[in-house]
Amino acid sequence: MKVLVTVKEVAEVDDEFRISGLDIDEGSLEYDLNEWDDYAVEEAVQLSEADETDDVEVVTVTVGPERAEETVRMALAKGADRAVRVWDDALAETQFLDLDAKAELLAAIAEEEEPDLVLSGVQAADDTNGATGVALAERLGVEWAAVVNAMELDADAGVASVRRELEGGVEELTDVELPAVLTIQTGINEPRYASLRGIRQAQRKPLEVYDLDDVGLDESVVDSPVERTDMYEPESEGNATVWEGSPEDTAESLAEFLRDEGVVDA
Amino acid sequence: MSVLAVAEHRRGDLRDVSLELITAGRRLADATGGDLDVVVVGGDVDAFADRLDREGVDTVYTVDEGEEFNHEVYADAVEQLHAELEPTALVAPNSVNGLDYVPAVAERLDVPLITDVIDFEAGDGIEVTREQYGGKVETAYDVDADQYAVTIRPAEYPKAEASGDATVEAFDADVADDLGTTVNGFEEVGGGDVDITEADVLVSVGRGIEEEDNIPLIEELADTLGATLSSSRPIVDNGWLPKNRQVGQSGKVVTPDVYIAVGISGAVQHVAGMKGADTIVAINSDPSAPIYDIADYGIVDDLFEVVPELIEAFGGEAPDV
Repeated sequence: MKVLVTVKEVAEVDDEFRISGLDIDEGSLEYDLNEWDDYAVEEAVQLSEADETDDVEVVTVTVGPERAEETVRMALAKGADRAVRVWDDALAETQFLDLDAKAELLAAIAEEEEPDLVLSGVQAADDTNGATGVALAERLGVEWAAVVNAMELDADAGVASVRRELEGGVEELTDVELPAVLTIQTGINEPRYASLRGIRQAQRKPLEVYDLDDVGLDESVVDSPVERTDMYEPESEGNATVWEGSPEDTAESLAEFLRDEGVVDA
Repeated sequence: MSVLAVAEHRRGDLRDVSLELITAGRRLADATGGDLDVVVVGGDVDAFADRLDREGVDTVYTVDEGEEFNHEVYADAVEQLHAELEPTALVAPNSVNGLDYVPAVAERLDVPLITDVIDFEAGDGIEVTREQYGGKVETAYDVDADQYAVTIRPAEYPKAEASGDATVEAFDADVADDLGTTVNGFEEVGGGDVDITEADVLVSVGRGIEEEDNIPLIEELADTLGATLSSSRPIVDNGWLPKNRQVGQSGKVVTPDVYIAVGISGAVQHVAGMKGADTIVAINSDPSAPIYDIADYGIVDDLFEVVPELIEAFGGEAPDV
């Protein structure tokens, strides 16, 4: 069977940052594998390792510029078998990719790869849309489940038995027919660190790069009725009393407060 | 313009966010004096319709299909009602279940979807406000479309309280009966030895603790203060503390007298679980961390410097970490 994992390189913002125009200044950003996708990759690799017939192929798909290959190689180093990356000048020039564009690009790859299972992070850490996986499933006409924090696969029966993490410490137990897209929640497993051997092997694993033409799409994929018009630092709503001084001083201020409140006996 | 809001319920209870959507939906409809309709799918729809009949609601549509949420039933019902009413705005909760069907409905209807909306201005189309990069910035988006869908972040709008005089109408949806997704039940998680919701004082640890080996430092602080230890999500995800210690949207909602957040940035999902604390104290080296938006007191410094001093101030001994 084949497992397709959607992998996004996300931007992390430094504590001190600048906004230039409608986005964070490039100098304030660092890039990394999206945390949710790290769990999705791990889940796929564990499926592959648990399969005694060695018949599970794990393919990652990324929409992103060349810079994202570092992230893609990291997923390969952790055990994915090969990778696909889609990018195009038309994508680079657009303000941002909306939900529709992402779903359409990923669907073009998924239709080519015909996976039995697609694992996608619940959301990306940078734009936190939380909608791409389900939109992709609908576009592919397959089943799905969002916010999965445990799963068991019965490949013969073609069913994934999953737990969906609802609010308030409640989990929903659900059976999903394959093929399906599952959006993976953090905590479902313990993502591994890439081993040195894995990192070396990753350099030799196939990483195919496609442009829009290659995947049968054109520039209209970026057309969007949604336009970003502003980005700003929210005004702090806080009015916290901040204790100043050395750690000894501030700790003493807090200690005094806790004594006054009766939290701790003086 | 008109607005169609989709209510949410679980295990027999209408969820608060349903009433929040009525407030948000009414505001949206008011921008042009249009109708606000609400639909509830599944469960005891008549009882739910009663509760959804709040001031400002024109019609409550009931779809009597199934007991609990099933995304295929929801997607079919909402898609069909949408086709009939042709609302300008489809409004749904930005909840785990909302995000399990709204993206599919938006795809089917070919309308743009903006998720996790915290504010909006309606005019021609809609301008919405979202957070990005973990709440460090807010962004505005202009949606230039005749019809669109938004999911609204829970607890951003007040619940609609005043009772109304809405028409209640059953909507006969033709939903798929051969479901590829079957909900078999629910399970409460996070029981065990300690109930953090009962604690008067919580010392809560977050990602700033960096490593599992450093957890004893915060345990010692909690012990010294006679407080109960809790945590934010990453600590539980990493397996450093059990699930019953987790404060937040997917964990427990706590309301202690004092909540001491150590190395917690204050992501919205965490804040949802602890903003009801009487007094919130934050120890976090990042002055722009969102935890300071709700904290009453703060120490903007390295927790590894401050916490040992604090333990010693109460005669304890900080473990070496």
